[in-house]
Amino acid sequence: MAEPAKPAAPASGRANTKKELPERFRNHKHVWVFVEQERGQVHPVSWELMGEGRKLADKLGVELAGVVIGAPGEATLAAAREAACYGADLAYTVTHDILADYRNEPYSKALTDLVETFQPEILLLGATTLGRDLAGAVATTLLTGLTADCTALDVDADGSLAATRPTFGGSLLCTIYTLNFRPQMATVRPRVMAMPERVERPLGRLVEHPLSMAEEDVVTKVLRYIPDRDSAKSNLAYADVVVAGGLGLGSPENFQLITQLASVLGAEYGCSRPLVQKGWQPAERQIGQTGKTIRPKLYIAAGISGAIQHRVGVEGADLVVAINTDKNAPIFDFAHIGIVTDALHLLPRLTEAFRRRLSPHIRDRIAS
Amino acid sequence: MHIVVCIKQVPDSAQIRVHPVTNTIMRQGVPTIINPYDLFAVEEALRLRDQHGGTVTILTMGPPMAEESLRKALTFGADRAVLLTDRFFAGSDTLATSYALASAIARIGETFEPVDIVFTGKQTIDGDTAQVGPGIAKRLGLAQLTYVSRVAAVDLVGRAIEVDRRAEGGVQALRTRLPCLITMLEGTNDIRRGSLPDALRAARAEIVVWSAKDAGIADVGKCGLRGSPTVVKRVFAPSPRAEKAAMVEAGGPEAADALIEAIFAQRPRLEADLATLVRGY
Repeated sequence: MAEPAKPAAPASGRANTKKELPERFRNHKHVWVFVEQERGQVHPVSWELMGEGRKLADKLGVELAGVVIGAPGEATLAAAREAACYGADLAYTVTHDILADYRNEPYSKALTDLVETFQPEILLLGATTLGRDLAGAVATTLLTGLTADCTALDVDADGSLAATRPTFGGSLLCTIYTLNFRPQMATVRPRVMAMPERVERPLGRLVEHPLSMAEEDVVTKVLRYIPDRDSAKSNLAYADVVVAGGLGLGSPENFQLITQLASVLGAEYGCSRPLVQKGWQPAERQIGQTGKTIRPKLYIAAGISGAIQHRVGVEGADLVVAINTDKNAPIFDFAHIGIVTDALHLLPRLTEAFRRRLSPHIRDRIAS
Repeated sequence: MHIVVCIKQVPDSAQIRVHPVTNTIMRQGVPTIINPYDLFAVEEALRLRDQHGGTVTILTMGPPMAEESLRKALTFGADRAVLLTDRFFAGSDTLATSYALASAIARIGETFEPVDIVFTGKQTIDGDTAQVGPGIAKRLGLAQLTYVSRVAAVDLVGRAIEVDRRAEGGVQALRTRLPCLITMLEGTNDIRRGSLPDALRAARAEIVVWSAKDAGIADVGKCGLRGSPTVVKRVFAPSPRAEKAAMVEAGGPEAADALIEAIFAQRPRLEADLATLVRGY
């Protein structure tokens, strides 16, 4: 079994207590955000994380760096410069022809090398398919702690990263620390953190790092890349208005009450986890911890009870409106406006009432 | 071909209890199932075996009662089941779990026959981390194929495999060498109904039960709480929002209009925003 050097195990018994940070980790300093780019496009989650990283770096009094890995050329450099506009003090880049497409081996080697050379204390990545694939491999190589899908990040009094995430299937929250290892790694799902304002700023420093690897060293080859058709993508995560349904709808046919209201509002539609598990809706429509996180101006939840795993997916919404027959449903604990009634009766009326209210604007559209 | 599928027995319930001192899950009394994501891995492994011949070994780490999930997997037609169970594993995080499972997979390869493919589900429904699969791959030096939607071809002679992998904006068609580790995406196949002979065989089958030592783990300090770099400091329920939801009391035909009034009263700019949206829609 190929395995890197083993870290000293905690001196005795439980790891559950704060120890002196081992000597070899004392030089680990600064906060890093992995800037995810695939085929020239930076994933927005990277800038959302940059905003969080800035707060952590300021609390710790350290620098914030963006890490960009990719093919040599303008796109990679542009991503590094762009990192400054979202708060990075400096950027590290690793560029090489073998990094043109994402593949685990060269990317995890590039990132592991960077970490071992420049020794950050905190490393944040987006919880995307790429970020999770990369983070899991890098944390295992470095034998350090990795906390997935965090919903809140903070540093405590002694400077440790406090990473909070839903746990036990999203029924409770927990705060996780990586006390005796560095870097402290965490992933965060897209849209969980607010997008910081972009401010035009020059990049303080650019540190280019080499990758000693050749195409012959990479056993995995990309045969083809088939981009999704635009029609196959839903814009749920970035929609301004979202309407969603849950088990309270009673049957898959009744889901059309959701899509009809969404259509009148120019909204995207989604659903709670049980509807995906029952096969009523596809997984890409799921809102919640294991589905999409949304931050719309208006979110209307019909027949959704509001389990924690759903709650963490919608807490960034400006206004949460809940329709539920059960006045004790947990969704009323975090909704701004609630109504205790049967969604099946209210939804058609609500669609009609919104249509009347917005009809002048719809006529504008038809006329223009 | 020898395929190992890692599965996890997970609580099938929202009744979650947490130990007040250790902050770990108290599993007693909660009904359990095979992690639903793992069923896609089991089915894909069985399909490949049916096409290419060979054996499928199911592996799980957990308490002795995890044997139930292994028997269930045998009813689908898996050939062998290994239960990795030891008090040293209690409190493992993903790093410690991947160490134990990787050790057991290496030992399975030595004991039975060399392993060509390791399958896991995309993630579990109780931990939701998706970290154990990559952890096993890295520790065993296997090519890592996550979020696989299709196994397109397996070439046992040329020791190569082609798969489709879900990426953020599309699908990557990848070719790599065997052995490899695949985390299977959900919804990519339908788990078969087990046959009657398989059900009978599963009921009588002898489950291979291994302790940490049996699995070749020399240093139990890399397992369980001691081998876990992450520490759960606090488990808590989120507090309700400070202000209660404003409840709209209207019923009957007025309810819809009353709700819309309440929405625009709380967020006056929303009406203009909606107007912009429907114009552009």
